[in-house]
Amino acid sequence: MIRIEKLHKSYPIGKGSLHVLKGLDLHIKEGEFVAIMGSSGSGKSTLLNIVGLLDGHDTGKYYLNGQLIENLDEKKAAILRNKFLGFVFQSFNLINYKSALENVALPLYYQGVGRKERQRIALQYLDKVGLKDRAEHLPSELSGGEKQRVAIARALVTNPKVVLADEPTGALDSATTHSVMELLKEINREGMTVFVITHEEDVAAETDRIVRLKDGVIISDEKVNKKVNA
Amino acid sequence: MFDLDRWQEIFQTIGKNKLRTILAGFTIAFAILLFTLLFGIGNGLKHSFEKRFSNDAANSVYIRSGITTKPYKGLQSGRKIQFRNDDSKFINEKFEDEVQFFSPNVERYNVQAIYVGEHNNYTVRGVYPDYQPLESAEIKDGRFLSYLDLKRKAKVVAIGRLVEKDLFGNKNALGKNISLDGISYKVVGVFTDPGGDRDERFIYTPFSTAQGMYRINDELDQIGLTYNPSLKVDQAIAFSNLLQKMLKEKHNIDPRDQAAIRIQNYAEDAKNVQQLMFGLNIIILFIGIGTLIAGIIGISNIMVYIVKERTKEIGIRKALGATPGSIIGMIMMESIFITASAGYVGLLLGVFALKGIASTVEEYGILNPSVETYVVVGATIILIIAGTIAGYIPAKRAASIKPIVALNDE
Repeated sequence: MIRIEKLHKSYPIGKGSLHVLKGLDLHIKEGEFVAIMGSSGSGKSTLLNIVGLLDGHDTGKYYLNGQLIENLDEKKAAILRNKFLGFVFQSFNLINYKSALENVALPLYYQGVGRKERQRIALQYLDKVGLKDRAEHLPSELSGGEKQRVAIARALVTNPKVVLADEPTGALDSATTHSVMELLKEINREGMTVFVITHEEDVAAETDRIVRLKDGVIISDEKVNKKVNA
Repeated sequence: MFDLDRWQEIFQTIGKNKLRTILAGFTIAFAILLFTLLFGIGNGLKHSFEKRFSNDAANSVYIRSGITTKPYKGLQSGRKIQFRNDDSKFINEKFEDEVQFFSPNVERYNVQAIYVGEHNNYTVRGVYPDYQPLESAEIKDGRFLSYLDLKRKAKVVAIGRLVEKDLFGNKNALGKNISLDGISYKVVGVFTDPGGDRDERFIYTPFSTAQGMYRINDELDQIGLTYNPSLKVDQAIAFSNLLQKMLKEKHNIDPRDQAAIRIQNYAEDAKNVQQLMFGLNIIILFIGIGTLIAGIIGISNIMVYIVKERTKEIGIRKALGATPGSIIGMIMMESIFITASAGYVGLLLGVFALKGIASTVEEYGILNPSVETYVVVGATIILIIAGTIAGYIPAKRAASIKPIVALNDE
């Protein structure tokens, strides 16, 4: 599903540049539940942005769903994001003047789905995350955990190939963290590829595979032994 | 072009973000309101000037004779100069190109007019049909005098609106016979005259009829004409000077004699009025442009602020699959919708306000303050374009920001 070969990325800083990703190789298969771990500055967010087509890379190759990503202009990137990727952010990133239902329906709007159909599908996904009765609430009327559930419903609504979650539990307490992770696990069980970025060990431990990043290189890549965590 | 879904999305954004909608809308509405008011008042000033100088055709020249004050070529001073029909012929022959409308004039004051029981005294003028454009008279009923009337020395009259009112009350004078000093004339037309009450109490009859009736020979009182409107003001003045010189020669008058022949040329006045109008137009234009610029600056600032405020939302939309084009389209359609509808509100307010103050400001010399629709619509379109450009630049920038940068914008 996601294949990365010798990926390099630098950011210009003043006159020099900061080399953030130093030749990453990573292969994530369909249906995997992967956590990328690392301290801040390890390059994990940069990796997610590149995988999420929110940012470009310098050298190396990136295949998304078998398609080589190169020379993407903004428009193509937007279409691919809309089609293949669902995003969950640490700060939820819901549009504050839209109700939960409208937030979930927004990606469908950009797919050109009609209003009635959008609302029907969005309601279905809100139901899936257990927030059907909150459909008409504004984000400001929802708790943190509820907001993240809405964001997850929004990430799923286009039925993407991969869900990318950037510190999805970073702003949540431990009880809510657990329920959000349960939701992500459930989605993964249904066959969705889920890609989580976190710096919390117990969050990473809920996934199937942990990739550890340090200073722009992968230092370990191991399957999680479920029995140990059980 | 019309995409219901897109408009629903835009209306929701507008409705849910009242503050910025009101800010942007207020700026535009206020600019258009001010523009309409200032422009309207300027036009009102212009109208009252126009009215003041529109009594007669702006290119009219009146020639009157008097008494010589200087002896010349053996003739003594104190001689009365009398125009005759050959003077009419002389002017028409010598100045064929310069003269547009021409009419000699025989005048009789205090003629008693009677219709059934009503009677009153009026000035009767014998004129050519050309006298109508000279006086800027407008026919209300019937017609003015014709050349056929002139040829036949017909006993017909065209009467002023107030003559009809005096003698006929609310009834129609057309086709009726009135008696002028005991002789019956048929009313063929009723006219109005922008010159006011005095000009609407005249009775016009064919020149030949009046000359035959009131003069023993071919004498006439004065000559009115309009010069060719294609003449420039300076050429018109030169024309009337030459005309005066030649008439003085014809009647053996000292060229320096100011009283014997007097020519009243409105060209000088027209020149002054034109300059004044030009100045007024410049002022009005200046005010209009100034107001528009203020509006443009206002709407530009607000658009920059709005887009800045929405950076994060734009990032979210882009992460969810919005293309840069759809972001730009959304922001621009919003700004066009807001500026257009607010501009319309400002226009309506302005027009109503002008109507409301019209009677109050009339006593300050501002007549009928109003704005031509195309001017305000033009101004609104300029503001819409300005709002669009002002929205486009930041929208374009916002749409080209990497979504990840926009998402981190707090």
